[in-house]
Amino acid sequence: MQLDAKIPSGALEQKWNNHCFELKLVNPANKRKFHIIVVGTGLAGSSASASLAELGYQVSTFCIQDSPRRAHSIAAQGGINAAKNYQNDGDSIFRLFYDTIKGGDFRAREANVYRLAQLSTNIIDHCVAQGIPFAREYGGQLANRSFGGAQVSRTFYARGQTGQQLLLGAYSALSRQIAANKVTFYSRRELLDIVLINGQARGIVVRNLVTGHIESYAADAVVLATGGYVNIFYLSTNAMACNVTATYRAYKRGALFANPCFTQIHPTCIPVHGTYQSKLTLMSESLRNDGRVWVPKNPNDNRTPDQIPEAERDYFLERKYPAFGNLVPRDVASRSAKQMCDQGYGVGSTKLAVYLDFEDAIKRDGKSAIEKKYGNLFQMYEKITGVDPYENPMMIYPAPHYSMGGLWVDYNLMSTIDGLFVLGEANFSDHGANRLGASALMQGLADGYFVIPYTIGGYLASTSIQKLSNEHPCFKDAEKQSSDMINALISINGKRTAFDFHRQLGRILWDACGMAREEKRMETAQHQIAELKDEFYKNLCIPGSPSTFNQSLEKAMRVADFLDFAQLMLEDAITRKESCGCHLNEAYQTPENEPLRDDEHFCHVAAWEYTGENTSPKRHIEPLSFENVKLSQRSYK
Amino acid sequence: MNTINLFLKIWRQPGPNMQGNFEIYEAKDISTEMSFLEMIDVVNEQLTLNGKEPIAFDHDCREGICGMCGAMVNGYAHGQEKGTTLCQLHMRHFSDHDTIVIEPWRARAFPIIKDLVVDRSAFDRIIQSGGYISVNTGGAPDANSILIDQRAVESAMDAAACIGCGACVAACPNASAMLFMSAKVSHLALLPQGRPEAAKRVIAMLNQMNTLGFGNCSNEAECEAACPKSISITHIARMNREFFKASFFSDEK
Ligand SMILES: Cc1cc2nc3c(=O)[nH]c(=O)nc-3n(C[C@H](O)[C@H](O)[C@H](O)COP(=O)(O)OP(=O)(O)OC[C@H]3O[C@@H](n4cnc5c(N)ncnc54)[C@H](O)[C@@H]3O)c2cc1C
Ligand code: FES
Repeated sequence: MQLDAKIPSGALEQKWNNHCFELKLVNPANKRKFHIIVVGTGLAGSSASASLAELGYQVSTFCIQDSPRRAHSIAAQGGINAAKNYQNDGDSIFRLFYDTIKGGDFRAREANVYRLAQLSTNIIDHCVAQGIPFAREYGGQLANRSFGGAQVSRTFYARGQTGQQLLLGAYSALSRQIAANKVTFYSRRELLDIVLINGQARGIVVRNLVTGHIESYAADAVVLATGGYVNIFYLSTNAMACNVTATYRAYKRGALFANPCFTQIHPTCIPVHGTYQSKLTLMSESLRNDGRVWVPKNPNDNRTPDQIPEAERDYFLERKYPAFGNLVPRDVASRSAKQMCDQGYGVGSTKLAVYLDFEDAIKRDGKSAIEKKYGNLFQMYEKITGVDPYENPMMIYPAPHYSMGGLWVDYNLMSTIDGLFVLGEANFSDHGANRLGASALMQGLADGYFVIPYTIGGYLASTSIQKLSNEHPCFKDAEKQSSDMINALISINGKRTAFDFHRQLGRILWDACGMAREEKRMETAQHQIAELKDEFYKNLCIPGSPSTFNQSLEKAMRVADFLDFAQLMLEDAITRKESCGCHLNEAYQTPENEPLRDDEHFCHVAAWEYTGENTSPKRHIEPLSFENVKLSQRSYK
Repeated sequence: MNTINLFLKIWRQPGPNMQGNFEIYEAKDISTEMSFLEMIDVVNEQLTLNGKEPIAFDHDCREGICGMCGAMVNGYAHGQEKGTTLCQLHMRHFSDHDTIVIEPWRARAFPIIKDLVVDRSAFDRIIQSGGYISVNTGGAPDANSILIDQRAVESAMDAAACIGCGACVAACPNASAMLFMSAKVSHLALLPQGRPEAAKRVIAMLNQMNTLGFGNCSNEAECEAACPKSISITHIARMNREFFKASFFSDEK
């Protein structure tokens, strides 16, 4: 298979504009004749649904939760980047583009990333028009903060609830279209399959989570905006329902899966404290604007932090990376914290934690200034740990957070299946091997508000699409396959819960394919997971009936796909014999333990093709070429 | 690490419009570090292994922001701790041998789906009736061309922090949605972008609320006490002012 990214010709700055002009248009009167399905109501899905409906398309939108407003985007804390240069500190579209390419360790497409940087400014304009209460200066202008991997201040924020406010903006735009009958909204539906007819994506199969019915819906094109998959690690910062099911089922129908091993481990999360724990909580990266990361200089130091004098503290990020200090990119910060703990400098009862200390910032700016910036995060920390972070340093440790990998898409955000578009965290497109903070919100909204409305029009206008409904036999077949799969799971009648399988899967994967990876360990993990899968299909226990509200069944179906997907992740990680961004293969490191890329052999996207239940997936590559930035060893010193 | 043993008296109801009743379960060896939902997870694992159906409850982010979780705990929405969602409530606030009574939100507008899970789509319908600023994507002016007083934005943000969990309705003796609705009206009314539609919005949203089976506000202030985001009832007062302005000084009906 030849992967064609369909990158427009011309100078980098002109590509998107030229492309928009060249894309065929659907005339206004014809738009209402096209029906588009959007799965997911996070930033990407809600913004896409609203914008497509505003243009006149008929849209049907689906999500797992009871309301579109609950999508996991709601939890994003710190902020959203935009190259506005409001601070007069030297920012520009090119600088945002450059920072993002470099932050991703040169494993993303130049053209996509440049477009993202261009559109970033439109997002802020639109969001302000929607009434999003971004933080402001005394003069009434928008305020900014800094995020990792950048030396300018370009992050816009609404306290520690930026994702919430952006999502509520997109949700209200979506609500307006629902009220106008341009969007039909289906809550509590979980996607189980994509229906292909003549090679085109023509609809979906979902389970109605309230009634248990298997339903199918037909359309002229399908948009997936179903978010990321790092919940595969069991403990992650993602919400409980985050899954790989939607994208994995699309993969099984022929969409290639790109860079599945690129998963981001976020440096500042509340550490693990017990086996019963169900998730990990992020403490926003924005805290590194004012918080200083340190460990005691002596290993196994059991003193409380206030007893450790300044001279006996090692501010290791500031020491190792003086240019960026505490604001190095996430992969770098996470690995440093892990290294310190591995060498015995960790703190707290588990010794798997480092301090994030606000003492200096509180002394400098006063408690109320800190409270205004981060109040809700401090409160969240205290609720969970019972410790007051105004008085004591926070304890933090890295945790799985984001998936840069996702379904492969071309410049139009279309997957290798015609008519199947993929937006937001669910695609692989813009962040390479490591995403910079405050760029996921930017990407989700760029995809939904400003890219898909153009590119899907180009597809619909230039493709011949047969009229059909979900009475077509392909829909009935797909519905039956989903029902059969559910019945097979229910009838196992074993003795172990899906939660328990998931917990074990997560542990195996975290040890083998987390922050540091090693080939032997990964191969062992492949065997362990194969055995675990075997046991899953023999010993899974799902109480209750499939034709009712059944959360055990929902969980089991997600875990079933995680078990399969884990193999793909490991395969991808083993095959990429280099280190880059978040993918650190211990065999490939610089003398300072930084990732060592192999541009000669791996300067490409790896995109995997499903070949069947019992055959190995096929690896395809999309070479990456860098014409506007120079491939170099990343340095944050 | 401390552990405690508890009795849970929990509402079980197999489906919508079906008979429900309280059942009692033991929750043993519960670490006080656990969150309330993790405690229910433990009980659910036990129930499952004993061949029983686990307790259905809504949850997702488990960090107090998605608004998915919620139940009455000993008669308090999200439990007795101030400014806390159920997922943020930790077991260190309970003592050994406590009996905890757990019920779903009770309101005509929020029918029960199963056990602790209720249907809150009425909230979405309130927002659909006008909880937005009518701008299409594209064509917005530069973001800094609209200057907004920092204090106005801060107050708007206080209101916009609402997570739509429904605790205000569950806590209100009249099952009124006034706090929820006023939070949205207030957020948008405080910002210059929201002014053009302010009159239309408040009238449409109030009309919609009245058709959905929510009760009226009789100033009990229980909503404010229960709100996990501590949203103030001053927003209800602001909404009332907006409503009077709209009724007397605009053509909106
Ligand atoms: C705690 C936290 C903080 C973060 N902070 C920031 C930040 O400050 N800045 C930043 O830029 N990024 C941040 N991120 C990352 C960012 O929030 C996400 O990457 C982004 O919001 C993803 O948006 P999305 O629209 O792609 O998907 P999501 O918001 O995850 O939405 C997925 C949607 O798809 C639906 N769905 C999923 N699976 C299915 C299925 N099988 N069937 C039907 N529907 C399905 C869900 O119901 C949901 O509606 C943060 C992430 C976390 C976890
Ligand atoms: S689970 Fe999201 S607020 Fe409690």
